[in-house]
Amino acid sequence: MSSQNLRGGGRDEIVYLDHAATTPMLPVAIEAMASELGRLGNPSSLHNAGRRARRVVEESREQIAEVFGARPSEVIFTSGGTEADNLAVKGLYWTRRAAAPRRRRILTTSVEHHAVLDSVRWLEEAEGAEAAWLGVDSTGLVRPEVLRSAIERAPEGVAVVSVMWANNEVGTVQPVSELAAVAHESGIPFHSDAVQAAAQLPVDFADSGADALTVTGHKLGGPVGVGALILARGMEPVPVLHGGGQERDIRSGTLDAPAIRAFAVAAAAAAARREYEAKRLAELRDELVRQVLAAVPDAVLNGAPPGPGRLPGNAHFSFPGCEGDALLMLLDARGIACSTGSACTAGVAEPSHVLLAMGADDSRARGSLRFSLGHTSTQADVDALGGAIGEAVARAKRAVTR
Amino acid sequence: MTALRVLAAMSGGVDSATAAARAADAGHDVTGVHLALSENPKSFRTGARGCCTLEDARDARRAADVIGIPFYVWDMAERFRQDVVDDFVAEYAAGRTPNPCLRCNEKIKFAAVLDRALALGFDAVCTGHYASVEDGVLHRAADSGKDQSYVLAVLTPRQLSRAMFPLGGTPKEQVRAEAARRGLAVAGKPDSHDVCFIADGDTRGFLARRLGPAPGTIVDADGTVIGEHDGTYGFTVGQRRGLRVGRPAADGKPRYVLDIEPVTRTVTVGPAGELDVTQITARRPVWTGCPPPERPLDCAVQLRAHGEVHACTAWLDGGVLHIRLRAPARGVAKGQAAVLYDGRRVLGSGTIAGTSPTARLPAAP
Ligand SMILES: Cc1ncc(COP(=O)(O)O)c(C=O)c1O
Repeated sequence: MSSQNLRGGGRDEIVYLDHAATTPMLPVAIEAMASELGRLGNPSSLHNAGRRARRVVEESREQIAEVFGARPSEVIFTSGGTEADNLAVKGLYWTRRAAAPRRRRILTTSVEHHAVLDSVRWLEEAEGAEAAWLGVDSTGLVRPEVLRSAIERAPEGVAVVSVMWANNEVGTVQPVSELAAVAHESGIPFHSDAVQAAAQLPVDFADSGADALTVTGHKLGGPVGVGALILARGMEPVPVLHGGGQERDIRSGTLDAPAIRAFAVAAAAAAARREYEAKRLAELRDELVRQVLAAVPDAVLNGAPPGPGRLPGNAHFSFPGCEGDALLMLLDARGIACSTGSACTAGVAEPSHVLLAMGADDSRARGSLRFSLGHTSTQADVDALGGAIGEAVARAKRAVTR
Repeated sequence: MTALRVLAAMSGGVDSATAAARAADAGHDVTGVHLALSENPKSFRTGARGCCTLEDARDARRAADVIGIPFYVWDMAERFRQDVVDDFVAEYAAGRTPNPCLRCNEKIKFAAVLDRALALGFDAVCTGHYASVEDGVLHRAADSGKDQSYVLAVLTPRQLSRAMFPLGGTPKEQVRAEAARRGLAVAGKPDSHDVCFIADGDTRGFLARRLGPAPGTIVDADGTVIGEHDGTYGFTVGQRRGLRVGRPAADGKPRYVLDIEPVTRTVTVGPAGELDVTQITARRPVWTGCPPPERPLDCAVQLRAHGEVHACTAWLDGGVLHIRLRAPARGVAKGQAAVLYDGRRVLGSGTIAGTSPTARLPAAP
């Protein structure tokens, strides 16, 4: 074949359909970060330069709190979503177990991000925890009854419940406030990973009833390497990082004022455009789904049907008879960036634990791709995918080795 | 030259990196692929000696960055386990001595990987092997000390027509210097040795774990029991060390493994002279450098990797390759390849199935 076919229009103009992995920084956030990088001061220092940096951090804290319906004192800055998830799950488990040693159960779902999943597994292996993996239906949804019956088996033994707000792979939105209410009936703290929800859905900490909420900068137009655990008063997780006692003694480490500022600016900008943007992305996504299903009639849209139960920017398909990594490579060669789901350190695509939990078999889990839209997405991106996916799938079907 | 879409298999070593760079320089549209062959990457050999560690994957990725080509990791662990590792174990269990590198070329690089590459729109697979394909025929590399035509000689004409070996004409030292000039960090990385999936290099231990104890006897050529062993798979024809036989030989000379009989679990040992072989039969012959010969062919044969070549006459009889050596060869093991050469040119190959010290096998017709 000619090199034209696979490489197409070349790599310089990339069609970026992987906003759920990371989304481009908003220009206002880049500007805020760049200007702050040139300024001096450790926010913990007592002199003038320190006070100036501290003011930047505290203003940012207020902005973040406002965006997510929390009090400023409830915002604990972290190095991102992974750290916030670790702090919530491990820290709350340790605190609750210390108060009552029989509290060793952790209730969570089998579709969580690895930051929660592997924290729970580690607590099982190293800290005597017992995980109960709440089952999901074929769309990835956890029903409140499932949580209730899991709690009722031994309510006094439950240390913490953690259920993500929206799934990063298939985009399914969980009934977070109902789940939080169920946990509260038994006095159990409830954590939710809202990393994916934060940019595209209204996320209100107080309204949700959650006790702890994870958010991160780089999924909403801020920089990578900064995030927050929003933590209700009275929640005192045992720290994961010990040191200088910053962030209420819950999270030590010199505060990264430039990143925090950019995170706050991005979060505020994203919140201001959220309603408009969610509607725009949902329409684009519906068009993407239409075009993909037209080009590949046997493709299956995974997750909840488009609507309030699904992230507006998410489309996730299984392509029967294909391997996701072959499809990804073919699309990449045409300048189209997407994702197969989780990847391990060596870069080998593993079958998605999310799809497996939703009842997919191994081959369906391996033969799937996620296309995720964000603030720079356009109709042209969707059309480019629509024009390429049919041939890529036909080719990938011929390449199946298993 | 027509630009081809080339998949460069990149192990993380200096050879495959330089080969990929040369293919890209030649104007081909090159994509780098690292094959993940271990089902648990950390359990394989770490350090720079083997392939398939996480460190090797990173080295391959960084080489692709420097060359400026896209890079992916392909998970071939399941196929590798079935077609190479399990085959390796089964061959030893059957009293033969397999060559896993050869099997990997035959079943993985130029089969599973090549087929997938062709289906995905590639035209060829490029590797860092020292060998060359001239007019569709496999030849020895210019650097005879590095030549790897032996482990490629099982490839069929169809497989060879899609293979690209850019290093065949260059001595290894020049390849290292070139890699350094190109800024490839792997320029000084030591070569891999031994069997990549045996982390500690202890083949006998690996086989013992996989096959379990299967004790038997070690006997003389006349059948006298002179020792015991834990499993015939610990032995290779021609082996001298590690026999653990108490009694010295009557003539006081060292003893060697002459024969391995896995069914009765008997290992026969004897003096070096008994290792001499002049007749060989080989199965599954492939012919890539000439048509299947209709009459006996005078040529040369190589009977193990990096082994010497022996003048011989070869002929086909009912699909079986017969080889008669001009002078006896020592330590010829079943399961190894017999590769026929005419000078640098590879004529064909077969898998050694039987050997005989004298002309007991049928004479050349
Ligand atoms: C649901 C979810 N949780 C946690 C994370 C991890 O966040 P971070 O990359 O900031 O560590 C991600 C992003 O990869 C995510 O999608």
